[in-house]
Amino acid sequence: MAETISTHGAAGAAPHLDYLEDPKGLWSWLTTVDHKRIGLMYMWSVLFFFLVGGLLALLIRLELLTPKQTIMTAEQYNRLFTLHGAVMVFLVIIPAIPAALGNFALPLLLGAKDVAFPKLNLASLYIFWIGAVMAVSTLLLGGVDTGWTFYTPYSTSTGGGVSLMVLAAFVLGFSSIFTGVNFIATIHTLRAPKMGWFEMPLFAWGMYSTAVIQILATPVLGITLLLLVMERVLGVGIFDAQLGGDPVLFQHFFWFYSHPAVYIMILPAMAVISEVIPTFSKKTIFGYKAIAFSSVTIALLGFLVWAHHMFVAGMSLFAGAIFSFLTFFIAIPSAIKVFNWIATMWRGSISLEAPMLYAINFLLIFTIGGLTGLFLASLSTDVHLHDTYFVVSHFHYVMAGSNLTAFLAGMHYWWPKMFGRMYNSRLAAIGCGLVFVGFNATFLPQFVIGSRGMPRRYYNYLPQFQDLHVASTVGSWILAAGLFLTAAYLLASLRGPKTAPANPWGGRTLEWEANSPPITHNFEGQPVLQHGPYDYRANPAPVGVEDAH
Amino acid sequence: MTTATHTGHAGDGNSKFLQHHFREMGQQFEAAKLGMWLFLVTEVLLFGGLFVGYGIMHARHPEAFMAAHHHLDKVMGAVNTVVLLISSFTMVLAVWAAQTSRRTLCILFLILTLLCAGVFLVVKYFEYSHKFHDGLLPGKYYTHQGDTVPGQFMFFSFYFMMTGLHGIHVLIGMIAILWILVRAIRGDFSSQYYSPVDITGLYWHLVDLIWIYVFPLMYLIS
Repeated sequence: MAETISTHGAAGAAPHLDYLEDPKGLWSWLTTVDHKRIGLMYMWSVLFFFLVGGLLALLIRLELLTPKQTIMTAEQYNRLFTLHGAVMVFLVIIPAIPAALGNFALPLLLGAKDVAFPKLNLASLYIFWIGAVMAVSTLLLGGVDTGWTFYTPYSTSTGGGVSLMVLAAFVLGFSSIFTGVNFIATIHTLRAPKMGWFEMPLFAWGMYSTAVIQILATPVLGITLLLLVMERVLGVGIFDAQLGGDPVLFQHFFWFYSHPAVYIMILPAMAVISEVIPTFSKKTIFGYKAIAFSSVTIALLGFLVWAHHMFVAGMSLFAGAIFSFLTFFIAIPSAIKVFNWIATMWRGSISLEAPMLYAINFLLIFTIGGLTGLFLASLSTDVHLHDTYFVVSHFHYVMAGSNLTAFLAGMHYWWPKMFGRMYNSRLAAIGCGLVFVGFNATFLPQFVIGSRGMPRRYYNYLPQFQDLHVASTVGSWILAAGLFLTAAYLLASLRGPKTAPANPWGGRTLEWEANSPPITHNFEGQPVLQHGPYDYRANPAPVGVEDAH
Repeated sequence: MTTATHTGHAGDGNSKFLQHHFREMGQQFEAAKLGMWLFLVTEVLLFGGLFVGYGIMHARHPEAFMAAHHHLDKVMGAVNTVVLLISSFTMVLAVWAAQTSRRTLCILFLILTLLCAGVFLVVKYFEYSHKFHDGLLPGKYYTHQGDTVPGQFMFFSFYFMMTGLHGIHVLIGMIAILWILVRAIRGDFSSQYYSPVDITGLYWHLVDLIWIYVFPLMYLIS
């Protein structure tokens, strides 16, 4: 495969230990500054919290199996869905792809030895852990029942651990900012020689756009959350109408971050898909620049649409119309990407390995999620659909489903690189099928329930909604089965010997030039770019693809 | 391309401070500087949220904010503004001294910068204790008697949040400068390697700049 120049000698040179074993010991992991180890520790942390958030989701779905109280009280239900939302958003979806997969893969894709600021990278992991402990320990204070959006005035008047949860989100913001700063500096300064901006893998463009949002939006959330804590502790008055403040101002402040944050969740997913699809289609990506610039466009336009969460919160019709128009507008760059991916697959030599199956999953789920977003962007339909299960289903399609399938695509794609082991590809295909069926079975019915008027965040409902709720709950079990199966065969693969080839999928980007798993410094010498990241013309029959089975 | 030729900065030699993942000092310097600028962007947006909140609440309660700002001591505010401006100037000189390998001067200017920062905090301490004494406190702790215009507590909410957050930044800046000072005394910096002084300087200028906006917004509204 290698058409890059490496300065190391032939295969006879003394073998280096891979990064997993050099050096050994728990302490060496806790004090490491190696981006690959930090990425892995992020990944295990994210997976742990995914398990926590997922179990909470299963409990929520179980409660909704019957119209009346099933297994918990209304108050417990409120705390449960709040914790589910906060854990999934702040501890899973936001860090999943950038902090876990991005940390592992970005320097490798750029041909760099590490990120620009390795110590800052480790600091971000520890800050993440501190924030995570704070978020989960709110349970000891009686939980939080505000929903993950912490809307005032309820969040300034209710008891429990709201302040601690809000501070946890503030702390987690720092971890996100540090990752963003690191990635932008890395992409600017540590690209391999001869790698211009348009020779970068598209994953790097996605990470760059994500980092721009992390840097521009997260501080605003930070100060908003601090103001909320101050409101609770000191009664400063800014969000309290009785004191001359404005509760809706909180919503503006909050969504000024949290809408761009939606793109912190989806842009990295798109970044992974842009790598996986050309590799398994054995074809140059269609519309490289269109994909790259649409990422940047999404990052910038994402700042101009926040008020579409607030069409019914009391806003002038004129402002509403502008935000509605801008929201429609942002669908364009997303659609450009989807069309480009499909055009890449067109007449490609597609091999349906697990990462590609997940990528196709992503295309379907993201398209459903994106198109249903247009209903919510229209002012008149949003009045009907606002705060119903239609919204719940829509944002689970884009935030949960798209992000999750892309994360799984990336994990399956880079798993051999991370651990030097292949997994059972037949079980992977079954797992992927279960995830797809389970996810759609869970959330498609919710579109229907929502459009018929079932409001979100209620622990009981009218009897006529029960059939579809049962379907949704059964879907959640199928989804869980798929995910547990995935966890089982992935963990089982770790017990085998490290036999994965350096380039199991026949990819053309630089990470496949490194060993599987790579040595601590990634490459023996400095790789130099010889061809574009998706140039499949020069070498139509990639070596090593047989080893994948 | 961001490689190879950064003759403007570090010369050709790679010093012992070159980290393993950079090819040469110029690249390392560029990364550090870019990283600090990005961090400063986040700081501007952090304070930006507070400024926007202040602006909106000021527009809604102009009389209360007007009446409340008369409780502030303009002289102390002005003194602190001048002190911070001087500290920014000495910081620039410290960076220059580091760039030109003037170790003693660098140490001297860093100490002067630290002194100015200390004076700022001392003045702030006196201002705060005066406010505490008069009950001019944020939110529900506001106990000042004899107001003719109601709602002045909100001005002091913002006063303490903005000057408090700024004060924390001054403290962090002092810690950073102290660390740079120790390294300067140790003799780490030269024309070959001075990026820590440079980026600490950038941070310090931002802390200064934020005060330049806080001062007129709080002390000089009319």
